[in-house]
Amino acid sequence: MTTPGDSGARETWPLWEVFIRSSRGLSHVHAGSLHAPDETMAVRNARDLYTRRAEGVSIWVVRASDITTSDPDARGEFFESPQGKEFRHATYYSESESVPHL
Amino acid sequence: MTTVAEGVADLTAEEAEFERLIDADSRVEPRDWMPDAYRKTLIRQISQHAHSEIIGMQPEGNWITRAPSLKRKAILMAKVQDEAGHGLYLYSAAQTLGIDRDEMFEQLITGKAKYSSIFNYTTPTWADMGSIGWLVDGAAICNQVPLCRASYGPYGRAMTRICKEESFHQRQGFEILLQLMRGTPEQQRMAQESVNRWYAPALMMFGPPDEDSPNSKQSMAWKIKRFSNDDLRQRFVDMLVPQAEVLGITLPDPDLKWNEERGHYDFGELDWSEFYEVLAGRGQANAVRVAKRKKAHEDGAWVREAARAYADREFAVRDGERVAS
Amino acid sequence: MNHSNHVVSSAITAEKIADSSVVAPDAHAEYALALGDDALVLAHRLGEWITNAPELEEDVALGNIGLDLLGHARSFLTYAGSAWNRSEDDLAYFRDEAQFRSRQIFELPNGDFAQTIARQLIVSAYFVELYRALAESSDETLAAIAAKASKEVAYHLDHSVQWLQRLGLGTDYSRERMQAGLVVMWPFVDELFRADPFAEALESAGQHGVAVDVTALRPAFDALVPRLVVDAGLEVPELPAARGGGRGGIHSEALGPMLAEIQVLARAHPGATW
Repeated sequence: MTTPGDSGARETWPLWEVFIRSSRGLSHVHAGSLHAPDETMAVRNARDLYTRRAEGVSIWVVRASDITTSDPDARGEFFESPQGKEFRHATYYSESESVPHL
Repeated sequence: MTTVAEGVADLTAEEAEFERLIDADSRVEPRDWMPDAYRKTLIRQISQHAHSEIIGMQPEGNWITRAPSLKRKAILMAKVQDEAGHGLYLYSAAQTLGIDRDEMFEQLITGKAKYSSIFNYTTPTWADMGSIGWLVDGAAICNQVPLCRASYGPYGRAMTRICKEESFHQRQGFEILLQLMRGTPEQQRMAQESVNRWYAPALMMFGPPDEDSPNSKQSMAWKIKRFSNDDLRQRFVDMLVPQAEVLGITLPDPDLKWNEERGHYDFGELDWSEFYEVLAGRGQANAVRVAKRKKAHEDGAWVREAARAYADREFAVRDGERVAS
Repeated sequence: MNHSNHVVSSAITAEKIADSSVVAPDAHAEYALALGDDALVLAHRLGEWITNAPELEEDVALGNIGLDLLGHARSFLTYAGSAWNRSEDDLAYFRDEAQFRSRQIFELPNGDFAQTIARQLIVSAYFVELYRALAESSDETLAAIAAKASKEVAYHLDHSVQWLQRLGLGTDYSRERMQAGLVVMWPFVDELFRADPFAEALESAGQHGVAVDVTALRPAFDALVPRLVVDAGLEVPELPAARGGGRGGIHSEALGPMLAEIQVLARAHPGATW
């Protein structure tokens, strides 16, 4: 399967992943999943399921089978590059620690 | 193409990575390698939890039509809705482990899957709405908060969401009882009588004593269970006693006593034979709960099929491109 | 009371109305009570779907719609009660059947999911027009209640239309059930748009602009709903209108048992607080 949880044609109602962006938020955050027969019902079900406490302003739904994940078997290769490049983080620069406004 | 020797080395690397994640209190995610037994245990635990939420809607759903004030009616509807939602979050988490929701439903309605025995008790009085919120949800919260740090990512995240919503559940139950205890003599009797029935079953929600729980050790090693049954049960009792004092309700345990040495409340022996009876299907409402779920599911089949048929036609996938009409 | 994530909103609620010092004029209260009864009865019917819906997502969806309507009911009843020093619960739990003024469509049994959707389609379309007009009421409280309700019922209508399409155009069986549901509910459409005696009382007392003349809402309904029905592969039933009489306390046989269930516990403990 292309994605965790995808059931494709096996289930009566396929699985959808839900992403919500709150009014204070900058980006859509994965909120969970639900089952719906199609995208129109999916976004409505997401609204009912995930925004009862006024948690969101924008809802994205994506069919679980449409999501491509980075392959954890390739985790090493995929995510190796940033390791050892601590100079990308401000904390690397200890001389500046005590200088105001830096 | 790997040789046998390289195959063995890969397996060890995967196992090592899994162990590392567990030891580091990090998260195991859906596409990570995991031992089969871990996967199976999780599927069982998560789906059981989901089933409990769904079945748990019934004892309370029983009182929506008779709620004695419009405010209580609204609160009860919202609570039961939350429980449906919790079930849905958990089914979704279980689904990431490779089992479909349809299959989990099938297991529930055929009686293959278990759910928390507490929901096999009936709710003959309104005060039971209070007891369920205060005692049953209270116990559930004790169980659930540690699970927010469960090693399996989707489970931990579902639990975090659930815990946020659950605190209202316990409070509304407590306030129902508070209102009753401040009310008429009949209301006070109703409240006390209800707590007398729910107290012991709620304590048994934490499961049998540690020495009778063989699965616990492995679950704790895999960090999908964080504290032992007895530890959680003790924690719960310690919280309940002061709350009962606020309510003015007597907990039905003559052996309940503060133990200065231990720094905890001592409490009496629980009747585990009743627990096992209920677990074996001979509780007050076992058959009724499953039958009701089965009926709702079967009665709704034509609706689900209609929606699917419509979707297949109107949202047809053509040559890999999605076309919405 | 402050739970985590509690969002403070400015939306009108029954609690806010009760806490304010507003007292409804008698004629306004009579009118509000009728509107409240419509919402109350329907909210109860929708609540009956919880644990029985065809899919868990619909337990949640119908529950949400029911809660919205219960909110409308509570606001109307609280406002009405302010005229007579009676609470929303006094009115909901301690009036007899003949004192309820809900239109009959709301009390009809849910039937199967299609029958429920048939009712939802009709009443949501009605509510959209009603609350849009009522939001312009010269009575501030009624206008505020309607303003909040307006947004919610627009969503209810959308939900109904989505299901109307899926059932009408889904399978042969679902189309059959959807048509059957329309046949049960359609005779009760007329009553929704008959003159409301409590609205008329306000008009004849010279209180213009308080109430909505529902007879004027019928054209908009007729321009929308029949087309939706046909587009969903169904037929608009041609049936004689039901006699109705809800605003005058005349009800179908469904209301009695429903009220008995709603009121049984509260009535067993008169004067108690819950």
